[in-house]
Amino acid sequence: MSPKTLYDKIWDAHVAHEADDGTCLLYIDRHLVHEVTSPQAFEGLRMAGRKVRAPEKTIAVPDHNVPTTPDRVNGIENPESRIQVEALDKNAKDFGIHYYPVHDVRQGIVHIVGPEQGWTLPGMTVVCGDSHTATHGAFGALAHGIGTSEVEHVLATQTLIQKKSKNMKVEITGKLQPGVTAKDITLAVIGETGTAGGTGYVIEYCGEAIRDLSMEGRMTVCNMAIEGGARAGLIAPDETTFEYVKGRPHAPKGAQWEAAMDWWKTLYTDEGAHFDKVITLRGEDIAPVVTWGTSPEDVLPITATVPNPEDFEGGKVDAARRSIEYMGLEAGQKLSDVEIDTVFIGSCTNGRIEDLRAAAEILKGKKIKDGMRAMVVPGSGLVRLQAEEEGLADIFKEAGFEWRLAGCSMCLAMNPDQLQPGERCAATSNRNFEGRQGRGGRTHLLSPAMAAAAALTGRLTDVRELM
Amino acid sequence: MEKFEKVHGVAAPMPLINIDTDMIIPKVHLKTIKRSGLGVVLFDEMRYHDHGGENEDFVLNKPAYRNTEILVAGDNFGCGSSREHAPWAIKDFGIKVVISTSFADIFFNNCFKNGILPIVVEDEHHAILMDDAHKGANARMTVHLEEQKITTSDGVEITFDIDPHRKHCLLNGLDDIGLTMEKDHHIDKFEDHAGQARPWV
Repeated sequence: MSPKTLYDKIWDAHVAHEADDGTCLLYIDRHLVHEVTSPQAFEGLRMAGRKVRAPEKTIAVPDHNVPTTPDRVNGIENPESRIQVEALDKNAKDFGIHYYPVHDVRQGIVHIVGPEQGWTLPGMTVVCGDSHTATHGAFGALAHGIGTSEVEHVLATQTLIQKKSKNMKVEITGKLQPGVTAKDITLAVIGETGTAGGTGYVIEYCGEAIRDLSMEGRMTVCNMAIEGGARAGLIAPDETTFEYVKGRPHAPKGAQWEAAMDWWKTLYTDEGAHFDKVITLRGEDIAPVVTWGTSPEDVLPITATVPNPEDFEGGKVDAARRSIEYMGLEAGQKLSDVEIDTVFIGSCTNGRIEDLRAAAEILKGKKIKDGMRAMVVPGSGLVRLQAEEEGLADIFKEAGFEWRLAGCSMCLAMNPDQLQPGERCAATSNRNFEGRQGRGGRTHLLSPAMAAAAALTGRLTDVRELM
Repeated sequence: MEKFEKVHGVAAPMPLINIDTDMIIPKVHLKTIKRSGLGVVLFDEMRYHDHGGENEDFVLNKPAYRNTEILVAGDNFGCGSSREHAPWAIKDFGIKVVISTSFADIFFNNCFKNGILPIVVEDEHHAILMDDAHKGANARMTVHLEEQKITTSDGVEITFDIDPHRKHCLLNGLDDIGLTMEKDHHIDKFEDHAGQARPWV
């Protein structure tokens, strides 16, 4: 048998039907649902008199719209947001799917809740009407975002119509330098490939620096595979994965755990398997990075200066000019001189307990700069509880951060957490698009430790200076 | 779904690369629980001033392009989120074809589900089509799906590739879910087999 990649193996195990032209029906093991991209899909089912084919494999949680302030127990003020959340409450009940409502302590960002509850397991196919579904690839699960029509298709048939993508290998060799994190890896890779470099591919991340990451770091890396244009990112499961999964509420137990482990241990890329594209970065060469523009590919080490648009080629010249103007920067300006107004720590990219620990480590016993607005939004109610138990919440609060409830918050500003026009934010989230965090808002993407450093100094800061 | 055969209409140029889904439709408009009515907020932040009122410099606000049916866009169009509100808004505005040198994967898929034809062309063809789109309302482009052919206002013909299954569905206005449900027995069989092989799922 010819050697297979990890992607090939998971794909082959999920083809329910293959047409002559190679179009496949891919069976979906887990379907995650949130309130923004699902109402029209459930409405479609109702209008056609269809049921959810596998409600036991379907998990819903509201996250995009929910306010993160404590007064949300009184209900959601914005009528449109409230209607979307209420629609999900009703759809979950009517169609009998697993549900974590706003007031449940397990509620949180769908991509944090899935792994936390053990819904996400190695070798699975996982989809959600959200592009950051790529996160779940950290477990060696084939996970990607879908549109609302496909949400309806999966609800009705538990399959997706798919053609196979190409294989790309992204290898990060060696060790990371102190102060360099999973976020820096994933941004550095996008800086290398560009936001369209992964289009048409599924990426497998490998190499010593990836192996050395915790599950949480691996989720951060895979989360942003979509920002590089890839359909999905994958990391082969290993002891780190199994250790994380074991004992979670929906992970297999007893004899089923043993049977699962037997299969999971076969989930790696065979020696000699073919990749259509290979990218290699040296872990030692990756520095703490920040974005300067309005595309995640606009990445530079914190020690660099804002680039000159003329130094780019093709359409990127105009795009860079537009970005720099939108961001209110000047070519040649030192990135570490850029002053910021707001710090946001959270999101499905960096809203897990280790992210909060990394930020708290920098903030411990210190105060944020006067006038700075800073918030921490844990990725789930359980992350929040754990951070309180570990004393992290106190560190954040004493430093001057707001300590919020779980949700997507300022990553996409569909809820009350938004930037004002011209306001500049150091954010641990995943997109720095124009208007992403609020109309006219300016976003610099970075790691949680770098965000904490920026909160202390009031400007983009090399975290290594504070370590 | 409506059948897609041929479009003969105004093409608008949007050469900017990496036009993301937040530009196509900002999140503030994602709070709807319907599919329709999003055309007025297509490209909202570029199309309207902060204080309200149309931005006259934005291409779709110019008199020549108000009835655009074909968009010729820069590379990597539709990157970012999976929001199907992006193609819903495009469709609702009246745009039926988007042409670029590349598209983001999820957006590309979403177009087909909504009767929009996204066409990928080579750089040199893209330049010809972009030039043609700059000519305004009197220069109408034709996109013929059956023949997989774009004809510029000057009669230059450019052929394009499309997945045969997707072409068939667009031409016949077929609904994916109905088609898949005809293969229900394959899904049943898969579930039996997978249930035994991987009972923990």
